[in-house]
Amino acid sequence: MSTASTSVIGQSRVAKWAVTASVVFLCLWVLVPIYLLVANTFSSPAEVNGFPKRFWPSFDTESIEFFLNFHGVGSALWNSLLVASLTMILSISVGAPAGYALSRFEFRGKGTFRVLVLMTRAFPLPLLALPMAVMFIKVGLDDTVLGLAIVHTTLALPFAVLITYSLFSGIPVELEEAAWTLGCSRFQAFIKVIFPLVLPGIAASAIFAFVVSWNEVFAAAVLTIEHRTLPAFLLQSLDDAPLHLKFAGGAVLVIPALVFIFMVRKYLFAMWGIANR
Amino acid sequence: MHNRALPYLLLLPATVFLVAFFLYPFVMVAYQAFTTDEGILTTQYFTKMTSHWKFKPALNYTLLLAFTVVPIQIALALYMATLVSNMKRGRDLILYVWTIPLGISDLAAGLIWLAIFDQTGFLNSILVGMGLQEQPSLFLGYQNKGTIFLAVVLAEVWRATAIVLVILVAGIGLIPKEYYEAAQVFGAGGWQRFTKVTLPLLKPSLQTALILRVILAFEVFAVVVALGGTNLPVLMGEVYQRQFVLQDNHVAAAFALLILFISIAFTLLIMWVLRTPREARL
Repeated sequence: MSTASTSVIGQSRVAKWAVTASVVFLCLWVLVPIYLLVANTFSSPAEVNGFPKRFWPSFDTESIEFFLNFHGVGSALWNSLLVASLTMILSISVGAPAGYALSRFEFRGKGTFRVLVLMTRAFPLPLLALPMAVMFIKVGLDDTVLGLAIVHTTLALPFAVLITYSLFSGIPVELEEAAWTLGCSRFQAFIKVIFPLVLPGIAASAIFAFVVSWNEVFAAAVLTIEHRTLPAFLLQSLDDAPLHLKFAGGAVLVIPALVFIFMVRKYLFAMWGIANR
Repeated sequence: MHNRALPYLLLLPATVFLVAFFLYPFVMVAYQAFTTDEGILTTQYFTKMTSHWKFKPALNYTLLLAFTVVPIQIALALYMATLVSNMKRGRDLILYVWTIPLGISDLAAGLIWLAIFDQTGFLNSILVGMGLQEQPSLFLGYQNKGTIFLAVVLAEVWRATAIVLVILVAGIGLIPKEYYEAAQVFGAGGWQRFTKVTLPLLKPSLQTALILRVILAFEVFAVVVALGGTNLPVLMGEVYQRQFVLQDNHVAAAFALLILFISIAFTLLIMWVLRTPREARL
């Protein structure tokens, strides 16, 4: 009897160790590749191109300086920032009213609109860049920051609608109604009561839209020539750029996105929980 | 009266936006693929697409990549989600670390794995340093399609498992604890609870995750370019070549329509296979 129980305990201890080992391994699996990129970025060009590689950085800033001073990088960074900011503004200002309408009203056509939003999920959206290229030439938006931001907004808008929908749904209508009875108009009640409550969530979905645009490669590469964003610039210099330029560029692309994801971590699961239904 | 118009007014911008920049462009792709510049109906662009020597490898590699990467991601994410849901301490920290790749673009992921698989990269440094190899090998050379494929699979699993994990963890959070307690009372072990409670109730989340991932897998592009250049042809890479490099819009549109067709076909298939009857929903 006692041997049986110790073997059960022994087994559960082994199981516990296996779980801990898996968790640690999976954390390393995520973190080590990022570390290696950063280590490369903070090593001198000679070390990056040399062999064998060292596994710790020499904290040499020559690679990153070379990248930042490389012709076209400055404007690519600036364009990336512009496009991502525009995408953020467009997707929230177009998406949030729709989210509010979905959460507060019952009306005909609600189902159709939801289907339209959910349909975007079954479509490979970067392909939109092809017809848009033709459309933009006709209206003079070809190779512009605004044109690319419009395509990126199509990527981010469905999320903005669904996230704001759930944010507004989480706030009791009674709060609004109380404001109305106290003499607020619908608009005043929204600004004074609802808006402050949803602001953090709206900020999170705005950041999410920013990251979607910041990371997008295909449409950016197809739609811009003079006004290339950072991913488009990097993609087009893959063939001929030296390794230290590629790695420094990769790190500059990754680091802001990581900071932003850290800022919205609280909302990630809520966001995807909703996007489920 | 005012109130009845209000929801439509609020929905108007988003609807106009989606119709103008989502529905209409996809109609235009189809039009571009089937008509010449003079507006004559033709299938020549599809013939041109399928008769090119790169068409078959591009289609095959895209499908093969999707069917390799997505099952690994689903299995790994399920495992990670169960690990996390049994965790008492440090759950938030672990989840944060595991979802870090959510913020990393496909191009950046490609560059990260290039740092490992490149001829002067970290993998070769380890292999030569440990004496397993005399010379660094050219893993990503054009004659080593197998290792390029493997590197792309690793980079994709590394980058995009997080999105599946987030969807599944959110889905597991919706399953009432009582179901597990009841299963335990009736003597179900850990594995049985997983297969008899978690998996069936997680079907809607699995469906969402699968659709999302399969469609993204058919769009695979920047990872492949970063790791293999044009050595490993994929459909999206051909679209890019046609559109941007060769300025051959019609054939690019034909490729785009093919990707669109595969994506919708698989979406419908997944929706049908993993359908949940209304009465079985949580």
